[in-house]
Amino acid sequence: MDRTKIDLWVGVFVALGAAALLGLAMKVGNLTSSKIGDTYSVSASFENIGGLKPNAPVKSAGVVVGRVADISFDSKTYEAVVTIKIDKRYQFPKDTFANIYTAGLLGEQYIGLEAGGEDDVLKTGDKISQTQDAIVLEKMISQFLYNKASETDKEKSAAPATSEPAKEKSTELGDAPF
Amino acid sequence: MINIIINMVSRLLRGIGSRMIARVWRLGAGTRLFMLAIVYSGESFRRFHLTLREVYFTGVMSLLIIIVSAFFVGMVLALQGYNTLQKYGSSEAIGVLVALALVRELGPVVTALLFAGRAGTAITAEIGLMKTTEQLSAMEMMAVNPIARVVAPRFWAGVISMPILAALFSMVGVLGGYLVAVPLIGVDDGAFWSQMQANVDVRADIINGVIKSVVFGVACTMIALFEGFDAPPTAEGVSHATTRTVVISSLTVLGLDFVLTSFMLVV
Repeated sequence: MDRTKIDLWVGVFVALGAAALLGLAMKVGNLTSSKIGDTYSVSASFENIGGLKPNAPVKSAGVVVGRVADISFDSKTYEAVVTIKIDKRYQFPKDTFANIYTAGLLGEQYIGLEAGGEDDVLKTGDKISQTQDAIVLEKMISQFLYNKASETDKEKSAAPATSEPAKEKSTELGDAPF
Repeated sequence: MINIIINMVSRLLRGIGSRMIARVWRLGAGTRLFMLAIVYSGESFRRFHLTLREVYFTGVMSLLIIIVSAFFVGMVLALQGYNTLQKYGSSEAIGVLVALALVRELGPVVTALLFAGRAGTAITAEIGLMKTTEQLSAMEMMAVNPIARVVAPRFWAGVISMPILAALFSMVGVLGGYLVAVPLIGVDDGAFWSQMQANVDVRADIINGVIKSVVFGVACTMIALFEGFDAPPTAEGVSHATTRTVVISSLTVLGLDFVLTSFMLVV
């Protein structure tokens, strides 16, 4: 084998390795974020975004129309400001509703857009005012338990008051011709 | 009667002891060869075409087996992963599964195993045969240091080739997984990559995989070189040495992988 030919092949080999590493860093790793065609970006603030991450899909009617570009914290309103990039092909009215949903029971979180009825459409820099936070399971459970507890309290406190009508009812039943 | 039993037991113990001593001796001799290869590695960089030639034989010639097996490993990972993930309604996580499995574990480990089988055996057989045909002695007679001329270039070629092959393995495996997951099964293209990018860290996963593959490269090449250098100068000796290269390399890679992983996960 000619020495220059070996040089060439080793060069190809090393270049392939470098390309693979670069590909791993860029495409597989989190060095860059992928881009989808031409986009316009709008923002929306949420009180709680749960586990939403940059690059999460933005869906409308189940179709991916954009991606979450950036998530930041507004220290004045204490809210999370989520910047989303939406594909230029899709236009949404100004009163579009933004929700944070979870894909499946354990899946990733994404933003769902529900179109409103206005004629004006969202443009770059606009803000979606109507939002709904992510559902946090712990919050839901604690709320459920709290409701349960207050219900049983009410029943207990209401028990003496309701005992009399109950008695009446029983007498009524007793009077009934069986 | 008692004498016979004592004889048997003592022979057994002696056998175990001599085997252990032989293992330890080999470990020490291998470490000495490793140190010598590093000490005399100046020539393999000054006359870099020596190393380049070995990179061609160990790295470039292993490309085909690495790429083809990586492709199939990635495809199988995607199929199996989808089968389970789909039960939990999170089939989008298939990209994360394929990428993390390949970058962290399968890329370096399977590449090292294939490397031991494809390149390690060739190194052992070549050096063993050089020794059998007394080429190494002839070099010494001509005042050429066989460690600087034969061992060190092969060592460095292995250390250079291994991370490149492992990176290629991971990348081709991810592409194979993509091919099964997205066009074949119908997982969302964007979610596949975005979940992967959200969960694969460059520092914690990719760089650690590269570190692993460098360590495996050192281990596999050194074992192959030592077995060749240590082989009895007979046809049978060389054949045994070649077998031992594959067995010891595979076991060492798997053991080292556990140790390295436990270090990397703790830190």
